[in-house]
Amino acid sequence: MHLLVCGGTGCRASESETIFHDLKTTIASKGLENEVQVITTGCFGFCEKGPIVKVMPDNTFYTRVTPADVTEIIEEHVIKGRKVTRLLYINPETQESVSDSKHMGFYRKQIRIALRNCGFIDPENIDEYIGRDGYQALGKCLTEMTPEQVIEMMKKSGLRGRGGGGFPAGLKWEITRASMADQKYVVCNADEGDPGAFMDRSILEGDPHSVIEAMAICGYCIDGSKGLVYIRAEYPLAIDRLKTAIGQAREYGLLGDNILGTGFSFDIELRYGAGAFVCGEETALIHSMEGLRGEPTVKPPFPSVSGYLGKPTNVNNVETFANVPVIINRGAEWFSSIGTEKSRGTKVFALAGKINNVGLIEVPMGISLREVIFEIGGGIKDGKKFKAVQTGGPSGGCLTAKHLDTPIDYDNLIAAGSMMGSGGMIVLDEDDCMVSIAKFYLDFTVEESCGKCAPCRIGNKRLIEILEKICKGNGTMEDLDNLRNLGQVIKDTSLCGLGQTSPNPVLSTMDNFYHEYLAHVVDKKCPSGQCKALLRYIIDAENCVGCTACARICPVNAISGERKGVHIVDQAVCIKCGACLEKCKFNAVFIK
Amino acid sequence: MATINSLDDLRKIKAGVQARMTLREHSNTPDQLVQIKVAMATCGIASGAKTVMDFLITELDKRNIEAAVTQTGCMGYCYAEPTIEVTVPGKEPLVFGCVDTKRADLIIEKYIKNGELVEGIIPVNYESIDEK
Repeated sequence: MHLLVCGGTGCRASESETIFHDLKTTIASKGLENEVQVITTGCFGFCEKGPIVKVMPDNTFYTRVTPADVTEIIEEHVIKGRKVTRLLYINPETQESVSDSKHMGFYRKQIRIALRNCGFIDPENIDEYIGRDGYQALGKCLTEMTPEQVIEMMKKSGLRGRGGGGFPAGLKWEITRASMADQKYVVCNADEGDPGAFMDRSILEGDPHSVIEAMAICGYCIDGSKGLVYIRAEYPLAIDRLKTAIGQAREYGLLGDNILGTGFSFDIELRYGAGAFVCGEETALIHSMEGLRGEPTVKPPFPSVSGYLGKPTNVNNVETFANVPVIINRGAEWFSSIGTEKSRGTKVFALAGKINNVGLIEVPMGISLREVIFEIGGGIKDGKKFKAVQTGGPSGGCLTAKHLDTPIDYDNLIAAGSMMGSGGMIVLDEDDCMVSIAKFYLDFTVEESCGKCAPCRIGNKRLIEILEKICKGNGTMEDLDNLRNLGQVIKDTSLCGLGQTSPNPVLSTMDNFYHEYLAHVVDKKCPSGQCKALLRYIIDAENCVGCTACARICPVNAISGERKGVHIVDQAVCIKCGACLEKCKFNAVFIK
Repeated sequence: MATINSLDDLRKIKAGVQARMTLREHSNTPDQLVQIKVAMATCGIASGAKTVMDFLITELDKRNIEAAVTQTGCMGYCYAEPTIEVTVPGKEPLVFGCVDTKRADLIIEKYIKNGELVEGIIPVNYESIDEK
């Protein structure tokens, strides 16, 4: 018999370590250590009801266990085989207690659709993919459905583009189908560029066939026989696996001429990008594939009408494609039963930043930020206070504590001043300075701007100059007005999505954390102590014993003082490295 | 590899693979294979999954344990890479996190040989599409 004690941070904060030790000693005192083993595990993702103790092999799931319950669990459950009913989870709907964790589907907040095979099959073995319903959807489309029926199904499912824009996938397919031409193209956008987002890479590395199958289905629907994957060269493993997968699909005849004897032909080639953020924008992506500069052009014409080489081109993102085979196999109703009314299905998020369980998660649309961060993510690192989450990368904005219970979907995020983006979620805690965060993202867009249109090229440069000025303590109230006005102008007048969204991090942090901007400008202080230019290291005359340790460690000789006398930091010389603060044993150095 | 010419061919392959998998999963005969999947996406490899996979293959062989060690994609537990999933015949699959060669050694000696659990278990926290 095994007792599994949750060792996630949430549970550990509520005494799971004591429970672990008490269980061990009690078992030893009964002489059962050979039969019963106590083990700590990772987070169960149910932190709200922690600490969790699970008993194997009967899968009993105890919630809110305290050290006082240990004896009862051992005496009753382990020795006499009777479950401790009062510690079982109570289903809030039926008020019945649930003992077997297998029937506790509701504590599993994640559903894996796009990631269904990631970490489950061998990505380099096509048979394993076929064993998990692989290529069944393609077969079904080619032999039992007309392209119109497939498109109708996609529209009914409510699948929206997972690359950020959220455009209905079925509608896009329909428009591309309606455009007449001798050749049409299916393009998979694998140019994943948001800092902190890596779901597309994971799908291509873990389940490349799902994307290949979906592209072929799309080709059938829009009447196109050529597929292109635009992937960044920085993803060598994803490229390798994709190449292997394409090779295997060709050998099986699932790509190539006359697929499954139906007369439908489709093949896929790879096109490499050099990792420019703007090439995620579909017109820039198409120009890059044509061998031109990766610069966007004005829409319309939309790629669905005139895209690659002037032919109708359907561009979808990796994650969007990964959902397609499941929708065909299980039906539009099944898919649309998950998620919210306007955002169906699930979304993959990459959790990063100051969160315990950094990782890739897939949750139904409409889940709250609180569930994502505090239950699946295991809460904030080191027990610090939650401050905000940056979603949508450099095009998005931040969500704060007041948004914790907002259901996450495309429209709610936009209403909250952010966006879905490709699904990066960077969690910030009380130590993060929001002005610096805005500056970080703007730095990125300034670097990545293609320079074609003036608002983005020049405007963003001016924005970052103002932010730098504020971080150095030279900001004025006029600068704050300028930030807002200039930001709005850039949004309104830029050519493509990159410029139209680049001021979002600034505007959204100004909306939600205006007091931090004020503190930088009016009080010349950085509340979270991140902006070095605004910090002052000071030695407290009362605590300083004159040991000279700080003066000796200071790399720029900014500290002076007699032995056994009070030391002083020369602010004009100090580079704010913090070495003196670390060195001082008498708590005499502090930051002001 | 033979070409797949119809949906029926495809179904045959699927049935074949599934039969093989079910046989692996549900049989209780003691000579069944232990199955280990190593998460080998870029992130896993960067944190040492290749070393662990090599270690598992050579050590299982040395210690005469019949096992199938395969690679798979990212399991999503970035905070605990490298991660592996171990399925001992007749038991549910278990995911272990932060597996270095030392922990891999413990997993072979304690879990695979004796059924004793070792530290580093990551509880399954998602629903697969088959359950939904």
